[in-house]
Amino acid sequence: MTGSNAPALSVDRLSKRFGERIAFADLSFEVGQGEVFGFLGPNGAGKTTTVRTLGTLIAPTTGSATIAGIPLTPENGVEIRRRISIMPESPGLYLKLTVRENLECFADLYEVPEPRARIDSALAAVKLADRAGDACGTLSKGLRQRVALARALLSDPQVLFLDEPTSGLDPVASRDVHELIDGLRQRGVTIFLTTHRLEEAERLCDRVAILNRTLQTIGRPDELRERLFAKSLVVRTLAPLADPGGVFDGLPGVDGWRLDGVAGYVLPVSDTTAAAPAVARALVAVGADVLSISESRHSLEDVYLELVDEDVEGRRP
Amino acid sequence: MSGRRIRAIVRKELREFRHNSSIVVAMSIIPLLFVAPPLIQIFALPPEAASALAGGNALLYMLGIPAIVPALVAAYSIVGERTQDTLEPVLTTPIRQEELLVGKAVAALLPSLIIAYAVYAFVLVAVGLFARPGIASALLQGPALVAQVVFTPLLAAWSIWVAIAISTRSSDVRVAQQLGMLACLPSVVVTTLIAYEVIPPTPGLAVGLFVLLVVLDLSGWRFVSAMFDRERLITATR
Repeated sequence: MTGSNAPALSVDRLSKRFGERIAFADLSFEVGQGEVFGFLGPNGAGKTTTVRTLGTLIAPTTGSATIAGIPLTPENGVEIRRRISIMPESPGLYLKLTVRENLECFADLYEVPEPRARIDSALAAVKLADRAGDACGTLSKGLRQRVALARALLSDPQVLFLDEPTSGLDPVASRDVHELIDGLRQRGVTIFLTTHRLEEAERLCDRVAILNRTLQTIGRPDELRERLFAKSLVVRTLAPLADPGGVFDGLPGVDGWRLDGVAGYVLPVSDTTAAAPAVARALVAVGADVLSISESRHSLEDVYLELVDEDVEGRRP
Repeated sequence: MSGRRIRAIVRKELREFRHNSSIVVAMSIIPLLFVAPPLIQIFALPPEAASALAGGNALLYMLGIPAIVPALVAAYSIVGERTQDTLEPVLTTPIRQEELLVGKAVAALLPSLIIAYAVYAFVLVAVGLFARPGIASALLQGPALVAQVVFTPLLAAWSIWVAIAISTRSSDVRVAQQLGMLACLPSVVVTTLIAYEVIPPTPGLAVGLFVLLVVLDLSGWRFVSAMFDRERLITATR
């Protein structure tokens, strides 16, 4: 780990084209040290190409970036790759070799000191110490993913890129990977996580960026929700109110109302703490049988769909 | 260049060859094809055939083994990594492409040399022990032995660079191996023509071929390195 407060990743107007096709364009963002940064987007949005570009596997068309304190240039490729680790979407293991043989190869490629101890520690971290002698081809997909994660941990990277780490995994295997990522966060490893599993990003990431070839938005999940969606209260009553306008209009903090189902009402509010007690009092005053008053909560999925759908609509001729 | 990274690739490749039955079978069958029929013919030759073999170059046709066997192995090297999705993880490490290519080349060269020299030694022993004395002394000539020892690694290295070049541009292992074999045929044809004295084996020719192969081998890795397009190998669809 570097001791300075410099960002672990700094990207400035980075673009990549393959001929006429734009993979991603004009990306600018920073990722702080020790941050878990989610990179979300639909298939074909440019997530994997961004990881490959930042990992020096492919060259950007325009723009600049600094990775783990090193400027992204062709001459710095080896030095950058020494400080980072990438776990691609496909585990990419030598299936006929054992888990330990796979890790031995990569420990030497990273020139890690005391490779045996490092391999043992990486295997212990992914709970695979007892499978070290098994051929990778005999492992389940979830276990192969864990081996790939152990491989990515061998070099003790400053920045760890995880490209769809739970793709194709069952819920139990996904949970194991999530626990590993949590563990890495506690060790202060900067993690750049691409995923299209929104609940995963919401659970794991300090901040997320939504990409659809260009950056749609960036921020903490709760920030994005607040930025995109007005706060609202959802009121449920046993029977429809006779005069909802008479009950809700003019209440402090309440900006309006609309019907939601037979006996439900959505009230956009500017201040939940002022509005909720006022709404409760108004409902009691008219003798309504109140089932619930709750603050509506938009998920990251709502944010994602709002932005990605909007972008698709915008591109339509 | 890092010796440790090159050794890592060599060790990994040798471990993979051991588990890859198609490579093991190909490495075994080709030498057998080169050795068995001629040996049977040699043992059946009458003593008067010795005068026809007096030039002592007939066994040079066995230089076909170091020309073909490493090509089969090396043709698998890059495209094999691509087909099993292992190339990207390797390229995400600090390895330089020159280190990767040298590692792949050394890994193909080592077993090929062992096989070529072992088969040649076996043939020499078999001829010495079981061929008629006149035939044996006609075949076992010093200059031919030296030529075999010297040209085996040179031919193998050339075949390896050609096959790796093909492997970097192929998307299918079998196609790469077939093209690799095809690309080695000129070397096999030349050694066979020399063995049968269609091209007269003179010291001048030997020196000329030696210099040519050394130059080709030394420039081969630069050529292959230039052909190794990291971005295309990672992003091109198979």
